[in-house]
Amino acid sequence: MNETLINLMADLQEEETLSLVNTLIQEGANPLDILSDARSAMEIVGKRFETAEYFIPDLMMAGEILKGISDIVKPLLQSSDTSAKKGKVLIGTVAGDIHDIGKDIVTFMLDVSGYDVLDIGIDVPIQVFVDKIKEFQPSVVGLSGFLTLAFDSMKKTVEALEKAGLRDNLKIMIGGGQMDDEVRKYVRADAYGKDAVAAVNLCKQWIG
Amino acid sequence: MGSTPEELYREREKRVLDAIALKKPDRIPITPHFSFFPAKYSGFTPEEVMYDPEKLWKAQWKTLTEFEPDMDNSPFGLRFLGPLLETLDFRQLKWPGHGLSPDVSYQFVEGEYMKADEYDAFLSDPTDFMVRVYWPRIFGSLKGFEKLPPLRDIITYSIGTAFGFGVFGSPEVTAALDALKKAGEKSLQISQYSRLFAEKAREAGFPMQYGGYSQAPFDTLGDYFRGTKGAMLDMYRRPEKIIQACEKLLPIMFEVAVNASKVSGNPRIFMPIHKGIDGFMSEEQFKKFFWPTLQALIVALINEGLIPCVLWEGNCTSRLDFIKDIPEGKAIYAFEATDIFKAKEVLGHKICIRGNMPLSLLVTGSPDDIRGYCKKLIDIVGKDGGYIMDSAAGFDDAKPENVRTMFDYTREYGVY
Repeated sequence: MNETLINLMADLQEEETLSLVNTLIQEGANPLDILSDARSAMEIVGKRFETAEYFIPDLMMAGEILKGISDIVKPLLQSSDTSAKKGKVLIGTVAGDIHDIGKDIVTFMLDVSGYDVLDIGIDVPIQVFVDKIKEFQPSVVGLSGFLTLAFDSMKKTVEALEKAGLRDNLKIMIGGGQMDDEVRKYVRADAYGKDAVAAVNLCKQWIG
Repeated sequence: MGSTPEELYREREKRVLDAIALKKPDRIPITPHFSFFPAKYSGFTPEEVMYDPEKLWKAQWKTLTEFEPDMDNSPFGLRFLGPLLETLDFRQLKWPGHGLSPDVSYQFVEGEYMKADEYDAFLSDPTDFMVRVYWPRIFGSLKGFEKLPPLRDIITYSIGTAFGFGVFGSPEVTAALDALKKAGEKSLQISQYSRLFAEKAREAGFPMQYGGYSQAPFDTLGDYFRGTKGAMLDMYRRPEKIIQACEKLLPIMFEVAVNASKVSGNPRIFMPIHKGIDGFMSEEQFKKFFWPTLQALIVALINEGLIPCVLWEGNCTSRLDFIKDIPEGKAIYAFEATDIFKAKEVLGHKICIRGNMPLSLLVTGSPDDIRGYCKKLIDIVGKDGGYIMDSAAGFDDAKPENVRTMFDYTREYGVY
C-alpha cells in the first residue's frame, strides 16, 4: 500500500498522481497493487462525497484520474488478473428520456465499488429492459430518468418486469432529476436514491 | 376586482409587481411555467405544437383563458421550433418528431461543442469563434462556415477584399447561406406569432411574464460550449481559462437580455440556473467560478431597470447565504427543490420568492396533496407578501385536476 499515491489521488491531484504511477511502474511496482491503491483512494473519495466534502465535479475528476491510471496500468495486466465482482447491477435511462450524466456517474461508482455493472444506455424501450434482465440476470436494476415523462416509463417498466415474472428476484432503485419518494411509490420501485453514493449503499444493503 | 380586460391587466401586473417589491398584494399571484402542459391539456402531442403554430396557439389560448394565471408566456419562442430547427439541422436538441417520440418534450444533447484547447480562440474573438467553429458544430446546415476565413481580415480593396470573398462562391458556403435565408424566414414567422400572441393576450387582460432570457455566464459556457463534464473538469484543469471565459460572456449575457427587452417592451428577464446548484460544485467553487459573474449580471440588469427572474433549479439551499446579496425588492428568485421555507427566512425580507409545488405531486398526487402543500406555501412563504405561487419547474405531464386545484386554492386561500 502506497499512502502517498492514495492521498494524492484522493486529493484529486491529477498530474502528481499520474506522474507517481509512471515512476512506480518504471521502478517495477506491481500494477495490481497500484489498482488496489486507486480503489482505496476511490473509497476515500466516496466517503468525502457522502459527507458533502466532495461533489459531482470531484467524482468526475476522480473518474478521470482513475482512467489515466488504468491507461498506464491495464496493458501490463494479465487477463486472469481481474478481481471477482460482488454482484450484478443493470442500469439504464428509461424510455423517452435521453439524459445520461447522472446514470454514468452511478455506473462508474458502482463499478469502482466492485459490482458487475451493465449499462444499457438511454431512452431504453421497456422490452429491452425485460430482455436484457433475462439475459444478464442482475440482482439490482437501476432505473434512471431526469424528466417527469420518466415517471410513466418507469412505472410501465416495473409492470413489464412483474408480468414477465422477473420482479420477485429483483431489487429496483430509481434516481435522477425529478425523482423522489413520491415517485418511488408511484412506480412501485424498492428504493429511491438521491445520488451515486446512495445507489452504492443500496447495493451494499441488498447484495453485500 | 376589475371588469374590463384593461383593468384586469393592470390588476394582474400590479399583483406581481407588488410581490416583487416585497409588498402585500390583494392576494398571492400565481404565474406558472406551463411548458408542454397546454398541448396535452388540449389533446395535441408535443410534436404537433412544435410544428403547427395554429395548434400551439389554440392549446396555449385554451390553457390561458381557462386557468387565468396572473401572467403567462407567449409560447412560440420556446415551442414553435420544429421547422426552424429542422432547417438548421440543429444538433443540441432532440425533439418530438426528430429523434424522440411525438409525445415527449424536447431534450438537450450534451456535448463538448467547444473543445478544451479552444478557449484562447473563444477569448480572443468570441464572434469569430462562434460563426466559424461553434455554429458549424451545432447547426449541421451551417457546416460550410468552417471554410470561412476570419471576416475581420477583409479590410479594404488591397487587404482581404480581392481574394477574401472567393470562399462565398464555394458550394459549401453557398449551401450554408441558403440555409440561413430559409432559417431567416422561419425565424420571422416565430417572431410574428410571438408578438401577436402577446398583443392578443394583452387585449384579453393577461400580461406576459418575460421579455427576454439570459443566464449565468458559467451556465452558458457549461451548457452550450463545454458541456457539463467539460466545464466541471475545467475547474481543476484550467481554472484561469474558465474564469476568463465567464468574464468574456458577462457583457454578452447582459446585451442579450437588454436587446430582447427593448424589442418586447417587457423588463422581466428569465434566467434558469443549472450548474451552480448544490452538489454540482463545492461552496468554494461556487464562490470562485459561478457566483461572481452571475451576481454582476443580476446587478447590471437591475441597474438597467430590468427585473431578473432567476429560477434556481435543483436544490440550492446551501447557496442561500451568498445569493441574497443583490439589491432589495428588484428581482424574483424561483426555487425548484431548495428548502423554500428556509429561503423565506434567509431572503424573505430582500427578494421575492416563487415556487415550488413539486412536480412529483402535480403528476402523481391528488388534489388533497396539492391543497396541503399550497396551504403550507401560502401560510409560511406567503406570509407578509413577497411571494408568487408556482410549480417547482415546467409541468409537462401534470394532471389537469391538480393544476386546477393549485390555481383555485391559491385564489381562495391566498387572499391577504
